[in-house]
Order: sequence, then C-alpha cells, then structure tokens
Amino acid sequence: MAVAEPPTRGGAYLDHAATSPIPENVLDAYVEALRVTGNPASTHGHGQGASEMLESARERLARALGCDHAELTLTGGGTESINLALKGTYWARRRAGAGPVILIADGEHHATVESAEWLRDAQGARLRWLPIDAEGRLRPETLAAAISEAGPDQVALVSFLWANNEVGTIQPVRELCSVAASAGIPVHVDAVAALGQVPINFREAGADLLSVSAHKVGGPVGVGALVVGRRVVADSLFHGGAQQRSRSGTQDVAGAVAFAAALEAAIEPDGSPRADRIVRLAELRDRLIQGVRAIDPSAVLRGADPLSDRLPGNAHFTFPGCQGDSLVYLLDAAGVSVSVGSACQAGVAEISHVLLAMGLPESEAVGALRFTLAPDTRDDEIAALLAALPQALERARAAGLA
Amino acid sequence: MKVLAAMSGGVDSAVAAARAVEAGHEVVGVHLALSRMPGTLRTGSRGCCTVEDAMDARRAANLLGIPFYVWDLSERFKEDVVDDFIAEYAAGRTPNPCMRCNEKIKFSALLDKAIALGFDAVATGHYATLASGEHGTELHRASAWAKDQSYVLGVLTERQLARCYFPLGDTPSKDLVRAEADERGLQVAQKPDSHDICFIPDGDTRGWLSEHVRREPGEILDESGAVVGSHDGAHGYTIGQRRGLQLGRPAPDGRPRYVLSIRPVSNEVVVGPKDRLAIGRIAGGRFSWAGTPGFDVSAEFACEVQIRAHAEPVPARARLEPILEADRTEQHRAEATHEVVVDVDLDRAEPLTGVAPGQTAVLYVGTRVLGQFTIDRAVPIVPPTGESRIDVHG
Repeated sequence: MAVAEPPTRGGAYLDHAATSPIPENVLDAYVEALRVTGNPASTHGHGQGASEMLESARERLARALGCDHAELTLTGGGTESINLALKGTYWARRRAGAGPVILIADGEHHATVESAEWLRDAQGARLRWLPIDAEGRLRPETLAAAISEAGPDQVALVSFLWANNEVGTIQPVRELCSVAASAGIPVHVDAVAALGQVPINFREAGADLLSVSAHKVGGPVGVGALVVGRRVVADSLFHGGAQQRSRSGTQDVAGAVAFAAALEAAIEPDGSPRADRIVRLAELRDRLIQGVRAIDPSAVLRGADPLSDRLPGNAHFTFPGCQGDSLVYLLDAAGVSVSVGSACQAGVAEISHVLLAMGLPESEAVGALRFTLAPDTRDDEIAALLAALPQALERARAAGLA
Repeated sequence: MKVLAAMSGGVDSAVAAARAVEAGHEVVGVHLALSRMPGTLRTGSRGCCTVEDAMDARRAANLLGIPFYVWDLSERFKEDVVDDFIAEYAAGRTPNPCMRCNEKIKFSALLDKAIALGFDAVATGHYATLASGEHGTELHRASAWAKDQSYVLGVLTERQLARCYFPLGDTPSKDLVRAEADERGLQVAQKPDSHDICFIPDGDTRGWLSEHVRREPGEILDESGAVVGSHDGAHGYTIGQRRGLQLGRPAPDGRPRYVLSIRPVSNEVVVGPKDRLAIGRIAGGRFSWAGTPGFDVSAEFACEVQIRAHAEPVPARARLEPILEADRTEQHRAEATHEVVVDVDLDRAEPLTGVAPGQTAVLYVGTRVLGQFTIDRAVPIVPPTGESRIDVHG
C-alpha cells in the first residue's frame, strides 16, 4: 500500500468527500484545454480564443448553479471562495455602514470558522455562533432569534452550510435565506459538500453568495467558484488586474472547462442531480448503513435521520469505545480508505467540532468515522468495508481511547 | 513481525525504521502529535512535535514505502508530561520530561495501543541494545557509549522491554547513521539533533516555568534555620546555584553560600557552604526494575549510578530497604514504603554534585541497565556546620 498510489487504483475508496477522482471525459476536456495557448484577458486572437473557452465554461457553470454568468467568480477552490465571501462581504458591508456582527452556524467548515475568527481577531468583527440541533441542523427560528437579538442593522453577514461536510445533514436553505433576506442581511451558503448531491439553485434558494468547489464532483483540485449576487458587493482578496468582479489574477481556462464538464456529468440541465446517480448513491449508502448496524448494533448514525435530510453519499457513525484514528489505520491496513472527518495540516485527526456542536461528549466524538461515496463506488468496495469492520472494531476497542 | 516505527521526523528514527523494513518486518510509521502548535516551524535544533517534523517523518516513510499515520497523543502528553513537569517543579523537584515521555507516552500509551491494534513491537531510534538474559529481556548500553541513550530508557519495565526494538543499538557512531541516511536518500540526513525540551520551543526553561508555576515569595534560610534573605519563588532556584541569591547577611565564616535544598511545602530555600553540596548517598521511593534483576536487591550489591543523561556513571553500592521514618523528606511519596539507597563508592569516585530531588538515578551493572529511581533525598558527606546530626536534603 504505497502512499503515492492513487486512491482510484486498488482497495476500497470511501472518502469521496475528501476528494473524488476525475472521470476520463473530464480529464480529456481538462488536458485538451490545457493545450490551448492564450490568456483570456489578451485582446488578440489567441486571447479571444481562450476567452471564448473560459466564458462558455462560466456560462455552463452559471446555468448549472442557477445564477447569471456575471455573478460567477472563478476561484482557486472552495477555501478561497469561502474566504472571499466572508472577508470580501464583511469589508464591503462595513464600508456601507452595516454593523460588525457576523452570524455563523456552529459546526461549519474550518474555512468559514477560521475566516470568521480572523475577522474577529484582526478586523474587529463580533461573532455570534448559532447553535445547531442534535442532527446538525441550523433551525430557521434560531437564526431569526439571533438576528433580532443582535439587531438587523448590526449584522454584516450570515453564513451557513448547504449540507454539512462531516455528518451530511442538509440544511433548510430556503427558509434560512428567507429569514435573512427579510431582515435585509446578505447570506453566504457554503455548498461545497452539497454540490452534485442535492438540487442547488442560487436564485431559487434566495442566497446572496454561494461557494462551490470542483474536486468534490470530479473536477480538478484548485478550481472553485463563488457566486456573488448582482446586488452584493464583495471586496477582492487579491488585487492586480481586476480580471473578475471580485478577484484579480489570470484566469484558469482549463480549470473552468474541467469544472463545467464535471458538473454537467453530475447534474441535469435544470440543476438537479442526475436521478440515476442519486438513486445509486442512496442505495449504496443505505446498504452501508444497514451493514454497519448489523455488524455493530452499538454504532450510532450521526447527522440527519430520516435519510431524506442527509446527503445521499454520506454515512457517518460513532463507534463507542473506539478511537477514530485506530479504525482509520486498521481499515487502511485492510485496504479500505475512510476518514474520521476533517484533518488538519499535519494529518492529525482532531475531535470533530461538528459532533461537539451537536452535543456529543468528547468520549463519543473520538469514535467518529465518515464514509462518503460516489455514484461509481463499486459494490465490492462496500463489501470490503463490511468484511474488514468486525476485526477492526474488535482491535480498536481493545486499544480503547488511549 | 509487525513493527510500529515511532518516527519523530529526525534522522535516528528514520534510519531505525529503514533498518526495520530491511530486516524484513512489516513496518508502519507513526508520528506522535504531542503538542498543539499548528504552524510552528523548527528553529535551530529544536522540536519533535512541529508540523515540519511531522512532514519530515512522512517524507521518510514515503521513501521507505511504508504506511504512515499521525496519532494525536497531545492530551495524554499534556497530562502526563507537561503538567507533571510543572507539578514537579512546583514541588521543588527537577524532573526529566523526556524520561517521563518514554515512561508514559512512547512505551506506554503508544505501545499499548500498538499491541492492541495487532503490532508485535515498537521500534524507536534510541541508541541502546536489548539482550536475552537468563531472566528475560535485558536492557544494555549502546555499543557506542558516546551516543548511548540507555539512561532515558531506564524507566522501562520487563513487560515494555519485551516489546521494544532498537535497530540503532549497535551502530558505532551517529556519523554513520547520518551517512546511512544520506545513502538511503533520506532528506533528514543532515537534520540537526534535538536536545532541548520539545514543548519549550525557545529553550528558555526558566522563563517558561515562571509563566506556568505560581511564584510565592518566601525566605532563604541557612542550615541553622536563620533567615538570611528572601526569594520571589522557590522554584526559580537550582541546587548548587551561587549567583543571584542577594543575601543580606554574609556567612559567619565569610565563605560563599550555595543553594543546598528547596523546601516546596514551607516555600523555603536553604543555603550553605560548598562542601555541603558533595553528596555521598542518594535514595528514592519511586523505583522500577528494567527486567528481573536476577538477584536479591535487598542485599547490598555493587553497581554504577548515573544521575543525568550525559553524566559519567559512578561506582556505588545499592540496596532496597524500608524507608526509615527519620529519613522521610517532603519529596517522598506518602505511599512509598521502600526506597533504593545508593552509596557512592568514595574510595573509587568523587562525591556526586548538583543532585536535585526529582532527578532520575539509573543503576547499571556493567553495561546492563538494572533499574531506576527518582531521587527523593540526597545526603551530603559532611555534616552541617554547628550541628552534629546528619541532616538530609529537603
């Protein structure tokens, strides 16, 4: 099991939320686009050719996401999109006279949490953390109460996940956006984990900003987008050229082309995920959940249950008496790649802040394991997991919570 | 066998892992995340828990083609090593956190977890050797004494030694290990050694302690009990310290005075003449044997004693005996009933100096590590001035 071996080759890969392999047709489109000479900002023929490729990709992406192409800023990935959404909007809103309060749901992705904390520590923002329920859901009444408590004119921005990247809970996005909109506060929705698995339509959702990333749906790493609604201003993080509305820097034509190709493979023209993929995903997930429960009745499914409220590709359990990193090692040794949730720079499995926000004690949260699937996940990958799990659980329990 | 190679990110543990692979074992590399200082980079020679070290360890594991994981033992490390270090200092003792880490983390928490997960042994880059003796596994000095690290492994017990694997034990020199790392293409070949306390990144132990241990002003006494000065926190003093005492009254005999002992409970620092720093006997009630000794340790036996990682071993005679109530000090644990008593062989060696309670004394018989104890009391060779009874430190 050499470390350099790509996850698509051999073994069972059940960590698609970390990153998902690039399908052949997307790879072909990507490589073909990389061969093209030309900076889309140049005025000559080469530049115009590149510009055409870029803008047509942007239009395809905008159509898929339910926004106008002028609203779609291409970025260097989900983390940049989220940083731009929070910081850019905060700065612009403050300049326009809004108050310093940022309302953030608990259990957000680290990109959101740490951007918000930076705004607090370096820029004087006041953070209000919105509690989530035991299934990881932000309730609209929680948001409404927080807005009236802070005072609508004091709030610069609201940010929450479309679906939680660890436990897969889908938020009541439309209701939440409507609560913020009626108070006149811009909303950023982090749809990185949800993309390709639930219908996402920027306009219908009523969001003001929306973050997505290419590599979670089979596009390349380092490509993402932030939808900035036409009435919203987000100051740039990067300056030098103003190639896009909220971002400077030469644009990644091939990345945009590959992102569009990957997204189109995942969704219908109307923006909803392709039905065959979702049916397949949910079927795999349900089989995985049933299998795990049969092996270990003490395992607890975390996140939304009914399953209709969770991402079709996500199953997340806590295993009492086990340490997640023990299970990751033991399953890896058996050729099954899973994760405990999020990982920091050094590859350390930290106790999930999402589970803690859902009210779990640390002793339960340490036993977390996330299984995330793709429509082309094979039956034998699920079988490999279920075959390896009994002994892994036995050994991990023997090792305990050390 | 299945070997878990503990990889710090340094050259020794990388070469140790490489040798384990080469010996045909099934090896998995694990780096322990012991502190939570994300983003910290190494400066100078320090560190074994930075992001950079984790990355160095990962690169080495990748080169060896072995699976690699980072395990977070920072919680345990904080409780068992960092908090213990603070508590020991606050209690007037001078602990060795590296030994505590070996005792509680590397060869306890990590080793237990490894065994439970199906490993047969834990390999580290320590320079020490294991031998099969009549009574089981024995721990011995490395064949190159200059690099010998058996002292810091003195805390290991029979059960732990049976699961240890030290692939570097018979290497003649560190230079050869570096050369071997270079040949193997390990990019840590020329990485500097770490020799400071890893959780004190700038190496300023006193400064770090002053932030973590509450300072209580108190008195400086001479051995007769007379107040000769004051201090702003007893833990800031070192046994044998002469400078910076700022004593108001000169000694009656005009000779310089040195810190002889620190009394944590009464928060007093005791000073006296230099000859009272010469220690002929040390004893302690917190001891362990590195495997079955194989003889009756309650009868006096000849050995060598070493009180610091880089100190010379000193010929001595030792025995295990009940603690006499008169000998109990503030440093003895209440539950201790017996102590190891070591008398320096003054015919063949100079007395010990710079002895502080809390230090670990490791006993050797030849090259073999017999066991260790934490020093609870140190008895000077000469009696205190103007007193006839033999006082004990603390």
